[in-house]
Amino acid sequence: MERYYQEEIECASRETIRNIQNEKLVKQVRHVWDNVPYYRKKMEEKGVTPDDIQSIDDLYKLPFLSKNDLRTAYPYGLLGTDLKNCVRIQSTSGTTGKRVVAFYTQHDIDLWEECCARAITATGGTNEDVCQISYGYGLFTGGPGLNGGSHKVGCLTIPTSSGNTDRQIMFIMDLQATILCCTPSYAAYLGERMKELGYGPDDIPLKAGIFGAEAWSEEMRRDIEATLGIKAYDIYGLTELSGPGVAFECSAQQGMHINEDHFIAEIVDPDTLEVLPEGSEGELVFTAIDKEAFPMIRYRTRDICRLTREKCSCGRTHVRMAKPKGRSDDMLIIRGVNVFPSQIETVLLNNGYAANYQIIVDRVNNTDTLDVQVEMTPEMFTDNVGEIADRQRVLVDGLKSMLGLKAKVTLVAPKSITRSEGKAVRVIDKRKI
Amino acid sequence: MSLKQISVFLVNKPGTLRTMTGVLAANNVDMRAISLAETREYGIARIIVDDVISAVDILKEADFVTSVNSVLAVEVPDQPGGLNTLLEIFAAEEVNIEYMYSFIIGTESRKAGMIFRVGDTSSAEPKLTARGLKVLSQEDLQQL
Ligand SMILES: [Zn+2]
Repeated sequence: MERYYQEEIECASRETIRNIQNEKLVKQVRHVWDNVPYYRKKMEEKGVTPDDIQSIDDLYKLPFLSKNDLRTAYPYGLLGTDLKNCVRIQSTSGTTGKRVVAFYTQHDIDLWEECCARAITATGGTNEDVCQISYGYGLFTGGPGLNGGSHKVGCLTIPTSSGNTDRQIMFIMDLQATILCCTPSYAAYLGERMKELGYGPDDIPLKAGIFGAEAWSEEMRRDIEATLGIKAYDIYGLTELSGPGVAFECSAQQGMHINEDHFIAEIVDPDTLEVLPEGSEGELVFTAIDKEAFPMIRYRTRDICRLTREKCSCGRTHVRMAKPKGRSDDMLIIRGVNVFPSQIETVLLNNGYAANYQIIVDRVNNTDTLDVQVEMTPEMFTDNVGEIADRQRVLVDGLKSMLGLKAKVTLVAPKSITRSEGKAVRVIDKRKI
Repeated sequence: MSLKQISVFLVNKPGTLRTMTGVLAANNVDMRAISLAETREYGIARIIVDDVISAVDILKEADFVTSVNSVLAVEVPDQPGGLNTLLEIFAAEEVNIEYMYSFIIGTESRKAGMIFRVGDTSSAEPKLTARGLKVLSQEDLQQL
């Protein structure tokens, strides 16, 4: 039976959700106009006033915010309330230098943790569960967010944070952890280590995992599920919007439900910024309608994905987002072709390689080169050079058909690619343009 | 009575082969034979040792990727054209050789032996022994 943390809101009728959004949006735009001079100026430049925003149908009239605005307004320019009302900051590294610093009032923390509680409950979590949180704690939102959610659900929470793999395993086994929260690459690594130690999926007490903060593929999900003997759930979020829990997966594992009572999602064309009809692929844009301290309006996530309002078998009515194809921050343009690391990962896993890889992009004689470094595994290795070359060729062909681009595949020594205990470094771009 | 050969994946970096021999030496693993196959990017060391299982464990522990397969170790007749005679028998029996390398049998006798990687070791072996060739077993090797 599907469990909900807040059934009334998670399964509300579309009409109810729309009414909530209308009411909160109108209020939020007024709040921002009154409290965030930076955004008010943007609205004035576009000739929009709070009076023009009567419902979510007017959302398109509002100006966008982007990472660039966060940089310009750093650190207090987008603050929506007095600092004395704020109780926390969280921070994430920006792609180009300046860190993103997000502020929270107690209200903001509560709604964030509530979102995480919904995610944990959607995996079947209750106060009888033992939830191990192996996301980093500190400025990174992963640990604090899920920690708060786990408390709200009433799970026994083990705040291991990231790193020290053998200690993580000791807690999982000794305290019989049933839910694991971490990045997917760390889950894969933990699984690998547990296998090495002789634990099979039936020996491991875990039954569910909530994995996010990184791109991962369906193949990687199947891999992790098999090694740890769990059901692996995706979770989505951005520090700019709160952190993990903006959207989460339910038992159907068919996209992530966006917490629409707190966030309005739009899909826009990243070039023209035009709002695209439901089902189209484009850039995900969020409006945080419930946040006080850091009220992002039409924030461009850079994530490329699509939305669906089709009925979900879990009973939730909130819109679902597909797993982002890639963050346009992660997106590499190689010889004019858009390449996402997650696509490369899919090809590797399809061909029986471990998900541990590194992409090296360089420019030689004015031509971009793509070198995919893959660690040799016992499964892939034979005494026969020809057979190994054949397998390499299959990989090159697979990459060609996935990316539309010829890549070089280099086999490297096992464990030579830096292992991630937090976020993985997958791309090294040596091009100096 | 085929032999087990260990193949080891070696990246093309100075000192990789030495790291492998160092690991084996530190654990007193006696190598009976070794050959190296290389491509531009990586190499494969193929080695014959007395105790295959413990050697594989030792290499794995040192983060080497290995693969174990059967090979035939055959004594080369001690006469001019010995290898040629041997290969004639292989050809006559249609035993396809993927690769081969030589080694010295024993410290006293100093006879020559060849390691053969063939398509189908188990069916090739009786054909060769029926022709009077001496195919060495893992036990033979240990007694040398
Ligand atoms: Zn659902």
